Amino acid sequence: MAIENEQPAVGLSKVAVSETHGEDSPYFAGWKAYDENPYDESSNQSGVIQMGLAENQVSFDLLEKYLEEHSEASSWGIGAPGFRENALFQDYHGLKSFRQAMANFMEQIRGGRAKFDPDRIVLTAGATAANELLTFILADPGDALLVPTPYYPGLDRDLRWRTGVKIVPIHCDSSNNFQVTPEALEAAYECAESMNLKVRGVLITNPSNPLGATIQRSVLEEILEFVTRKNIHLVSDEIYSGSTFSSSEFISIAEILEAHDYKNSERVHIVYSLSKDLGLPGFRVGTIYSYNDKVVTTARRMSSFTLISSQTQHLLACMLSNKEFTENYIKTNRESLRKRYEMIIKGLKNAGIECLKGNAGLFCWMNLSPLLEESTREGELALWKVILNEVRLNISPGSSCHCSEPGWFRVCFANMSEQTLEVALERIHKLMEQRKSKET
Amino acid sequence: MERTRKKGQLLSRMATNDRHGENSPYFDGWKAYDENPFHPSQNPDGVIQMGLAENQLCFDLIKKWILENPDASICTAEGVDKLKNIAIYQDYHGLKEFREAVAKFMERVGGNRVTFDPNRIVMGGGATGANETVMFCLADPGDAFLVPAPYYPAFARDLRWRTGLEIVPVDCKSSNNFRITRAALEEAYEKAQSSNINVKGVILANPSNPLGTVLDRETMRSLVSFVNEKGIHLVCDEIYAATVFSSPRFISIAEIIQDMDCNRDLIHIVYSLSKDMGFPGFRVGIVYSFNDVVVNCARKMSSFGLVSSQTQYLLASMLSDEEFVGNFLRESSKRLARRHSVFTKGLEQVGISCLKSNAGLFFWMNMRPLLKEQTAQGELELWRAIISEVKLNVSPGSSFQCSEPGWFRVCFANMDDETVEVALERIRAFVLQGKEEDAPDQKSQRWHKKSLRLSFSSSRLYDESPMSPRMLSPHSPLVRART
Repeated sequence: MAIENEQPAVGLSKVAVSETHGEDSPYFAGWKAYDENPYDESSNQSGVIQMGLAENQVSFDLLEKYLEEHSEASSWGIGAPGFRENALFQDYHGLKSFRQAMANFMEQIRGGRAKFDPDRIVLTAGATAANELLTFILADPGDALLVPTPYYPGLDRDLRWRTGVKIVPIHCDSSNNFQVTPEALEAAYECAESMNLKVRGVLITNPSNPLGATIQRSVLEEILEFVTRKNIHLVSDEIYSGSTFSSSEFISIAEILEAHDYKNSERVHIVYSLSKDLGLPGFRVGTIYSYNDKVVTTARRMSSFTLISSQTQHLLACMLSNKEFTENYIKTNRESLRKRYEMIIKGLKNAGIECLKGNAGLFCWMNLSPLLEESTREGELALWKVILNEVRLNISPGSSCHCSEPGWFRVCFANMSEQTLEVALERIHKLMEQRKSKET
Repeated sequence: MERTRKKGQLLSRMATNDRHGENSPYFDGWKAYDENPFHPSQNPDGVIQMGLAENQLCFDLIKKWILENPDASICTAEGVDKLKNIAIYQDYHGLKEFREAVAKFMERVGGNRVTFDPNRIVMGGGATGANETVMFCLADPGDAFLVPAPYYPAFARDLRWRTGLEIVPVDCKSSNNFRITRAALEEAYEKAQSSNINVKGVILANPSNPLGTVLDRETMRSLVSFVNEKGIHLVCDEIYAATVFSSPRFISIAEIIQDMDCNRDLIHIVYSLSKDMGFPGFRVGIVYSFNDVVVNCARKMSSFGLVSSQTQYLLASMLSDEEFVGNFLRESSKRLARRHSVFTKGLEQVGISCLKSNAGLFFWMNMRPLLKEQTAQGELELWRAIISEVKLNVSPGSSFQCSEPGWFRVCFANMDDETVEVALERIRAFVLQGKEEDAPDQKSQRWHKKSLRLSFSSSRLYDESPMSPRMLSPHSPLVRART
């Protein structure tokens, strides 16, 4: 049947017109304010300071130094002999040397407490792609994944948008430092069932974004026991595993599996990336590590849609197989992050603000509930607007992370210089002073 | 209750179906190559890879540019001061310099008859990712796209696997050189509609893979008016645009719509540097749409397949070097023309004709005279003989959904000159031997009678085991993003 040209917009897909990409949330509105008036140490000292961006910029000097001393890493050797082979390489297995280097790096981050087989590493263009890809493999459209709240806002898009899969929250609250409990797991599962949703798995981020804290061993055990009992999958996004403040507090799900002799491990899949630990989000380096052969094979095939540039694989294969470099990097990066964390916690404390006790990540989870006019989502957003427009700090409201308790905010501290952090803390201090004097 | 769930249900339907496309007989040829790859000195009797559409003819030019421009790499002493800014750049708009350079490159490749707006340039994970993204934007699960056949085999995966779409082939025949006729389009469309299949658009590659031909202006205008009338989309995959080596010149769909009254919201281009520049490893896919909503949506989706900023930076520098680009495009065309000529003339001499073509990294060879029977089975038999006796991996027409048996796609740009000679000799010998049918010599009928089962040790089957990646050639389509 012919359709007249006068019709309004030509049909696009439901996916295209949906809002599941999530960009209309307040999480992103703050970015706009920043884009329009970005803080600059010298040229725009009254601009908006970006504290909504979980980037690691504290260790670039280490990367720069490495590259200056090893410039053949990227220029494909003297006379560029490897260029041709590298430019042609589109094998979805990925460069073997790169997978080997990634496996080693992941082992080093975990202090050698877990082993990783390079042949189980599937490469994707970023953890964004890895999480989506795994969802395509583990769940059918209309199925559900359980995710503890609060969680990284991007998961709404990554797990749901093109896959048609739903997220059912596992509610966590401050009464026990937002840890996942067996009761919360059961409640989420039952909630899904009552909506006639088939639960296919649980996805955790460990260390947690936005909490900035690692998941305790006992909780990991409980989660593993739960997914085994329900015969569903467990995805552990360990993207911040190298961003812990001490070497011993992070426990990977890989270690738990090892302790259980890898029994029931075929339901477990780990996502990793170099975007946070190495501070290279632009390079699009993500991985899926699965203990399930079929998942590895299928994920590898699917990675055709999202391979890592061979140029980047080559560079990082060289860099990450340099044990001296990686050991020093991991150690120094941890130190630098810990120092930053202590600096911001101290500054906030001086201003009378408490944070959740954190031990990892590029951010802290700040409690501003005492400042809320009303203990509701609206109250939180109202406060957030004030902080954005008057204090000129872009921080992320807990509601954008699906936190059930209003008043919590995620504040990033590793994406700026120390001076800028000082300025941010001063502004917060001033805000608190103003509030105090208003009360008296 | 949970314990009784079957093991097979542990993964999604998508994970357990066959739409990844790797279980087709098409891949037997690759296995033969993987097990016995030709090497001019080390393995002169090995299988020559002619199923791989790669452009390896101009790396010398690129190498030279790389050595002369160390600051284009952020990982050299000359360029490392840019490292931080580039390494943290993950904006899905893509580096402005990159988009501008790509737009300019596309303009050049389009003969400078069109302008491309850098703000409409959206990245994808190679053309593989770009094509999939466009489908996600334009159609819902169960919808269909018309695809003129013969077409690129991996469209079955790229357009259908995760999107849930269907492909409705549009039959093209050798009697008119496989041109896409309005009648064929209408027929395919009607057939789909009557089966309650909702057609959302037409997608094709121009220049064509596997034909190596460019669409003429008339056909393109006909396509545009067809989609306008039906209110459906037109996606042109122009990945081979710069591989045109003789006239007629390549005409981008962007040029056609300049002088046509049409709804531009229906028109979308996919592009890539994998063929024109020979950079498949760099995963540079581009979506270029004239529809603002699609640009915005595709851009958001590009988060799932951004081009590495390191690579964006290098290519921004390389592609904005106008002198280099001009020289490269000229040389590349020249070398492709020469290769094409060597093969087609050499084959003509033994009576094998090819579809007249002027683009692509392959030619479409007519082996119908050699078929025992003009059927799909006959084609497969001939093909297995070519692999096992002639030891050439060529691609049978059936893998491109060609409705006429006997055609083969033969790639010629992925080898050096020495190998070209060997390959040509082998084909000629095989064809001539097949012509000696009158001779009572048993040998001449050899390939018909010989057991045609290709025997491989079963452990070498498709990459079911994640533990054996090294057994496969890195160029096998079993492992490559694109064939």
